[in-house]
Amino acid sequence: MHTNWEIIGREGINFYGKMSASISHEIKNILAIINENAGLLSDFTMMAERGVPIEPERLKIIAAKIAEQVKRADLIVKNMNQFAHSIDEQIKTVVLDDLVAVVVKLSLRFAANRGVHLEHQPAAIPVSITTSPFLLKNLVWLCLDKAMDIAGEKKNVSIIAKDGQNGVMIKFKHSGIIQEKSGISFPGEQENALLTLLRAEMEINDEAGELTLHLPASLDQ
Amino acid sequence: MAEKILLVDDEKDFVETLAERMRTRGMNVSTNTSAKDVLDNVDIESFDAIVLDLQMPDMDGIEALKLIRAKNPNLQVILLTGHATVEKGIEAMKLGALDLLEKPTDIETLTEKIKKASTRKMMLVQEETAGKIKDIIGGKGW
Repeated sequence: MHTNWEIIGREGINFYGKMSASISHEIKNILAIINENAGLLSDFTMMAERGVPIEPERLKIIAAKIAEQVKRADLIVKNMNQFAHSIDEQIKTVVLDDLVAVVVKLSLRFAANRGVHLEHQPAAIPVSITTSPFLLKNLVWLCLDKAMDIAGEKKNVSIIAKDGQNGVMIKFKHSGIIQEKSGISFPGEQENALLTLLRAEMEINDEAGELTLHLPASLDQ
Repeated sequence: MAEKILLVDDEKDFVETLAERMRTRGMNVSTNTSAKDVLDNVDIESFDAIVLDLQMPDMDGIEALKLIRAKNPNLQVILLTGHATVEKGIEAMKLGALDLLEKPTDIETLTEKIKKASTRKMMLVQEETAGKIKDIIGGKGW
């Protein structure tokens, strides 16, 4: 019998590894684009040495493409940095929307690989939560992963964080059926361990195609 | 004769730039940003080599490799990946990939692999043609 901390320790490493691998894959793709554009510049230089004139317009396009990829990499690294810092403090007050946004951004490649359109709907009134940022990100990812797996025909998954009855809530709309299609019990061991430690509850409404996390506004209380 | 290449990657900027560089080197290059489109493409056109990204949104590169090789076992596939693990490399080779290159790749290395792919395909086609001729002659009972 494993304790909740043993379970989330193992799951936390899995989560961290999965996100790091996805981020590094994205960065490799960006490096490949920059590498080809640098190569193209080098090709133009060689041609110019042989008397073929360089068109300034072409150089402008290459410079713009490189700048665009640098911007893309910068955003990815910013998200990665924010994610890495979520283990700095065990309990912290954060804006729930910001926390959800980071998980959504880190999950975009996983969504694309499954042909899922993932959308984060910002809350009309942002809410704060005092919680364990890393554990909550892990739980949001597990719910998102499940929602993307079972997403209905249109393959749309949306996520919204807002005020709840006794705290705050995060709602995942997936239009799918969790219990029937997956064949694996959900929430499983990992989700239950995180739910217990975060003092959260999971509500599954297959009729509405929704999954909702109910969380206390503060773990300090 | 120029090598006829199909370059497949979901990163449009990557395929377009690499294709331009390959064309400068005398190759005849077509591009696709979807693995599913490649399967239609290989039905109607012949290529000396297909350079295929291992991880694409609509289809895993290994899955695409299996389907391409099932359609035409003579087609030479070079896989590109962000992370070339030994396991993936072995899996790809077992399925008949010519090589697995890690991104970002060096164009000279890629060109060398493409030339190797082109030669290998030509040999396979020649062997196949010789076999067919042998069957025809044998079948006639001359």
